[in-house]
Amino acid sequence: MTTDVHQLDDGAWISVNDSREVNVSDLWLLAKSDFCDCAPTDFLAEGFVETGIDPPNIQAKIAGRCITCGTEGVTNWLTVGRVIEPESGEFYGVVQDSVHIPEK
Amino acid sequence: MPTKVENWKDEVYGNEIRDHLMTFAEEGWDAIPEDEHDAWFERFKWWGLYHQRSGQESYFMMRIGTPNGVIEPGQLDVIAEVADKYARGPVDNPEFGDAYCDWTTRQSIQLHWIKIEDIPEIFDMLESVGLSTQQACGDSWRNIVGCPVAGKDTHEHIDAWPVAEDLHDTFKGDDDYANLPRKWKVSVTGCDQGCGQGDINDLAFEPAEKDGELGFNVRVGGGLARKEPRFARDIDVWVPTDRVDDMSAGMSALFREYGDREDRFNARIKFLMDEWGPEKMRSVLQEEFVDFELPSAGEDMRDQYTYNAGDNEHGDHVGVYEQPDGNYYVGLNVLVGRMGVDDVYELADLADEYGSGEVRLTQRQNIIVTDVDSDRLDAFLDEPLLEDYSPDPHPFMRGSIACTGTEFCSLSIVETKNRQVRYARWLTDNVSLPEGVEDFHIHLSGCTASCAQPQIADISLRGMKTRKDGEPVEAFDIGLGGGLGENPLFADWVEMRVAADEVPGYIDNLLDAFEAKRDGDETFRDFVADRDEATLQDLADPEETSYDDPYLGNTKMTWYPYAEDTDMQSSPAPTDADDQPLPSDD
Ligand code: HEM
Ligand code: SF4
Ligand SMILES: [Zn+2]
Repeated sequence: MTTDVHQLDDGAWISVNDSREVNVSDLWLLAKSDFCDCAPTDFLAEGFVETGIDPPNIQAKIAGRCITCGTEGVTNWLTVGRVIEPESGEFYGVVQDSVHIPEK
Repeated sequence: MPTKVENWKDEVYGNEIRDHLMTFAEEGWDAIPEDEHDAWFERFKWWGLYHQRSGQESYFMMRIGTPNGVIEPGQLDVIAEVADKYARGPVDNPEFGDAYCDWTTRQSIQLHWIKIEDIPEIFDMLESVGLSTQQACGDSWRNIVGCPVAGKDTHEHIDAWPVAEDLHDTFKGDDDYANLPRKWKVSVTGCDQGCGQGDINDLAFEPAEKDGELGFNVRVGGGLARKEPRFARDIDVWVPTDRVDDMSAGMSALFREYGDREDRFNARIKFLMDEWGPEKMRSVLQEEFVDFELPSAGEDMRDQYTYNAGDNEHGDHVGVYEQPDGNYYVGLNVLVGRMGVDDVYELADLADEYGSGEVRLTQRQNIIVTDVDSDRLDAFLDEPLLEDYSPDPHPFMRGSIACTGTEFCSLSIVETKNRQVRYARWLTDNVSLPEGVEDFHIHLSGCTASCAQPQIADISLRGMKTRKDGEPVEAFDIGLGGGLGENPLFADWVEMRVAADEVPGYIDNLLDAFEAKRDGDETFRDFVADRDEATLQDLADPEETSYDDPYLGNTKMTWYPYAEDTDMQSSPAPTDADDQPLPSDD
């Protein structure tokens, strides 16, 4: 089956194959992100703006804020999890509070 | 390219959703195909059902739309019965018990923990007394709001209730307006207090006189969500009462045709207003969507508005007021809009016994008992229930509004209602308001969607996170000086990311500074308006106090914040009709 990914409820969560997988309100640690000058950026996810697939990665651009310096904005593409076998469609989420490097 | 939601709406939307809903109800939760969950939950909203957040799968929030907040004789008892029978979750709420009703900021009713299997019985009960959940959520005509005491008010120029009721009867269920690009919120005001809150709605009718005739001026494009708050703008149109329907049909058809269906974040008509401006909005409406000559605006009454106008007049309908017919209406304060079900039954009985049985909801999450017999007014006021729902509450109790938050809502960042209850009690016990300040609004929203209308409060609280001793904690951005009235203002965001347990201390310090520095009897709103952001920031600091916050940790990570075992893995959901966990297949 093809992996189906989208954001719903005004960006509250990411659906992967009709299952709620990633939610707003978590803190993400972003490294080398040029989101703000903090290293790393302590990023509160407030809304998923866009979702995408770069197999096997499930990606999103997330609106939110660095809770250290207050910078607000939208991240570049971030990997939020993986679907390794499209046949089963099973989603493996990343650990939010380990370090993530957004794509440029 | 249209969004996925638009594609789902093209397949099935509007009235026809009901048949599917009934089939699923009969067959049970498991009958909803797993790979169609997202599409169906998006559609169910149109019939008032909103899937609760992660960890609470198979439970729904249900909204009942009561136009203008009018709950007719006989309806409140049924609402209580529905909540009592069907809105019970697996775990109690520590402040409100095991079944309760929420009176909302758009004069609707919200219940939680609803199971799809119970929908046929619930709809039967509601419909037996003329209530409905139709279009209470979803992309179309939402509940029509207005002056809660329309028809019973001495300030009134036009009785807005028949106008709102007619809009409700005309547009609810009309297939031509069933599938709009996004929600469509309409407000009708008939009084000179401005309590319809037209300024924050997509389409607003406000009383105005033209050539000696009373009718409505029209404003378009208000809304608060997503850090993009807008006040509705004057499109220089006046309509007589008998043209309100045509005008509304034209405006919502314009939205249907020109609203953005490719980007839901850009879909509300406020964004079209940004792009077009009021002149173009008016000319497109005139040329393409109405077949009568639109009269230019009449003389409005905005300079008389007292509702949330920042001038210490309440204008909020809490209290005892005489109606034009010599009876009284009594507005009762419901802290954060939530009422335990036993109290709702009791109130229904009291409304029958002392009044006509009618009650009304306000846009400040309060409830009004109308038509109280003048001879029996004192006896009514002595009823024990009114100790908890006071017609003369402390300003901190009266001014508190809070949204749904992490208890049920997927967008939320922080816990809201229970926390605001604790804030209000602590402030009442520990903080004195400066001389003459009777009206002080604190609105708390769990995220930027702004369901508690934080931007139009003296103190706006919007859910955030921060770190304390390295640990993430729930926090708030704090805004100051918002409100409605002739010249509405959005709050200025002044203190950012204040840990939730330091908010009451901040408010205490801020009010001390206000008292010390205000000019005579200057109002809080003027005080804020007179100062720049840096000065406001210097006024007060957040501070820990005796206030204790049990919800500081990440309540959104729990399956339910008040469960004994809050761990997501301990959630019973999804469950069957009897709240028993369903076997999971992964
Ligand atoms: C799609 C995301 C949402 C957005 C953008 C949103 C936005 C808003 C706004 C701006 C208001 C009121 C202010 C106005 O009149 O403009 C409102 C009302 C309200 N919202 Fe939300 N909201 C969303 C989702 C939710 C959810 C998931 C819940 C609860 C489960 C919720 C609960 C409420 C309540 C209780 C009200 C007052 C309700 C009424 O009668 O319509 N909202 N919403
Ligand atoms: S303001 Fe946010 S948290 Fe509160 S009910 Fe609305 S969407 Fe949910
Ligand atoms: Zn930063």
